[in-house]
Amino acid sequence: MAGDVLIDDSQVDKSRRVFLTAATATTGAIGVALAMVPFVASWLPSERARAFGAPTSLDLTKLEPGQMVVPIWRKQPIYVVRRTPQMLATLTNHDDRLKDPTSANSDQPPYAKNVDRARKPEFLVLIGICTHLGCLPKARFEAAIPELGADWPGGFFCPCHGSRFDLSGRVFDGSPASVNLRVPPYTFEGEETLVIGIDNANPKGAA
Amino acid sequence: MTPAIPPAAPPAKPARGIVAWLYKRFPIQEFLSEQLTGYYAPKNFNIWYFFGSLALVVLVLQIVTGIFLTMFYKPGEATSFDSIEFIMREVQWGWLIRYLHSSGASLFFIVVYLHMFRAMLYGSYKTPRELLWLIGMLVYLALMAEAFFGYVLPWGNMSFWGAQVIVNLFGTIPVIGAGLVEWIRGDYGIADATLNRFFALHVAAVPLAILLLVMLHLVALRRTGSNNPDGIEIKARVGADGHPLDGIPFHPYYTVKDIVGVAVMLVMLAIVVFFVPSFGGLFLEGPNFEPANPLSTPEHIAPVWYFTPYYAILRAVPDQRLGALLMFLAVALFLVLPWLDRSPVKSMRYRGPLSRTALALFAIAFVTLGYLGLQPAEGRYVIMARIFAVIYFGYFLLMPWYSKIDKVKPVPERVTFHAHG
Repeated sequence: MAGDVLIDDSQVDKSRRVFLTAATATTGAIGVALAMVPFVASWLPSERARAFGAPTSLDLTKLEPGQMVVPIWRKQPIYVVRRTPQMLATLTNHDDRLKDPTSANSDQPPYAKNVDRARKPEFLVLIGICTHLGCLPKARFEAAIPELGADWPGGFFCPCHGSRFDLSGRVFDGSPASVNLRVPPYTFEGEETLVIGIDNANPKGAA
Repeated sequence: MTPAIPPAAPPAKPARGIVAWLYKRFPIQEFLSEQLTGYYAPKNFNIWYFFGSLALVVLVLQIVTGIFLTMFYKPGEATSFDSIEFIMREVQWGWLIRYLHSSGASLFFIVVYLHMFRAMLYGSYKTPRELLWLIGMLVYLALMAEAFFGYVLPWGNMSFWGAQVIVNLFGTIPVIGAGLVEWIRGDYGIADATLNRFFALHVAAVPLAILLLVMLHLVALRRTGSNNPDGIEIKARVGADGHPLDGIPFHPYYTVKDIVGVAVMLVMLAIVVFFVPSFGGLFLEGPNFEPANPLSTPEHIAPVWYFTPYYAILRAVPDQRLGALLMFLAVALFLVLPWLDRSPVKSMRYRGPLSRTALALFAIAFVTLGYLGLQPAEGRYVIMARIFAVIYFGYFLLMPWYSKIDKVKPVPERVTFHAHG
């Protein structure tokens, strides 16, 4: 066209073109990444789900020695067992058959990182979900149940894939689960009430 | 006697009226020619070559029945199970639509597994069809996701616990596992939020991905052309008309033949739908006729049959992280198959005893693991699962060695083909 200046390719500053193209593409990519954030974040637990995840209280006076109750906290069954002295005595003589006797690789608050895996030895509080693939382990507290063998000291048995745990929720060798049953954060209000989901480290409820 | 060489696509008659109007504005003629009448497929296809087009038919079946189910199904913890019962008992012909969809899911995997085995039998994944195989494997992965999400939707007890087990597999990933699982579920357990997002993925996101991938699979196929039971590139021998000597136009020859296959498949589907819709617990599992119960695990959790080979591998390993890793590896190894195979020939017809034995052992291992995945994880079942898992991985991991040193027979120049007497 008249008036237009024809430029041949040798006069084009190609490095400038490459820079501008790269800069535009980078800016666009950052924009796309930022725009993804709300969509990805929408999958996190909603405010409602978080509210329903508040701590749960349990009256311990109705729990007899040797009994288990299963309150629900955050859609998870919580196994609360009032252990008898005999049950606690079983915990000390099978360390060599456990995968993680000291709970070094397992998930529990610091106050439950002991043989009893509890704040108070009498009360065992566990998340009742198998650390293998999430089934519910069954309570098998009597020792030497035929189907679990003569050396069974009492504990929990997962029917899905055969994981076995002792009366502290510690996993036995030969189980598909590799770590002990998890312990939720919990505290006692006075002598008679257990509060699940709250402790010194999580005063407003677990994150 | 040489079979008559079918003519090339006839030159189009000058179109008139509305057809001419359309041709000027839309490349329908070119499209049909490229995809069907001008697409030359090898003339020596055998029964194994039905399954590609059958998979396409099942895809359409699932989309159509799925759309109708969506009209009556209500996702939600409180409504899902009841709406399935509503479909089964009160929606006019609802039972038929639902059984077609649930049986169609199993049929999809039967057809796809046979389609994949065909590729392994005749070396269809080898050069130049590596990308075709890769895209096909992506379809398979998307199909597994689709089937899993769909399985959760009825919100029966097996739906719930199956979701629990599968979602928790992601929890075995170090560091991010626990957070990732919470993100997938959208709650502290498998819940309403989980069910609703799985519904969205099942009816919109994954089907769109499958449709796109299937289209790409066909585009790649049109570029390389189909392999055949002899594993010969028919494009290497072209006649005077420019078409492969050993090829015939896909339409009408294979479209008509495939319709026969479709008819046979639909008869089998009808038998299942009308007489054995749950197929002895294989297609629809007993515990799923009970509503989801977060406080009661079914006695024995097993996925639907098409996932059980991988499930058996998962349970065969005493360490959960390694088990999950091996299970993902068992699926992922299919992706690198084209690069593991060092044989100079494609088809098993011209391969030696090592490759043939390896493939036979693999097929036996896959089926046996599938059986073992349905059994309880104890005693001899676990021992057997370990043995067959070793065979399964051996097929892939030893392939670079045995496929290279194996004796091969000379491959003929033209395909083996006998016209009917």
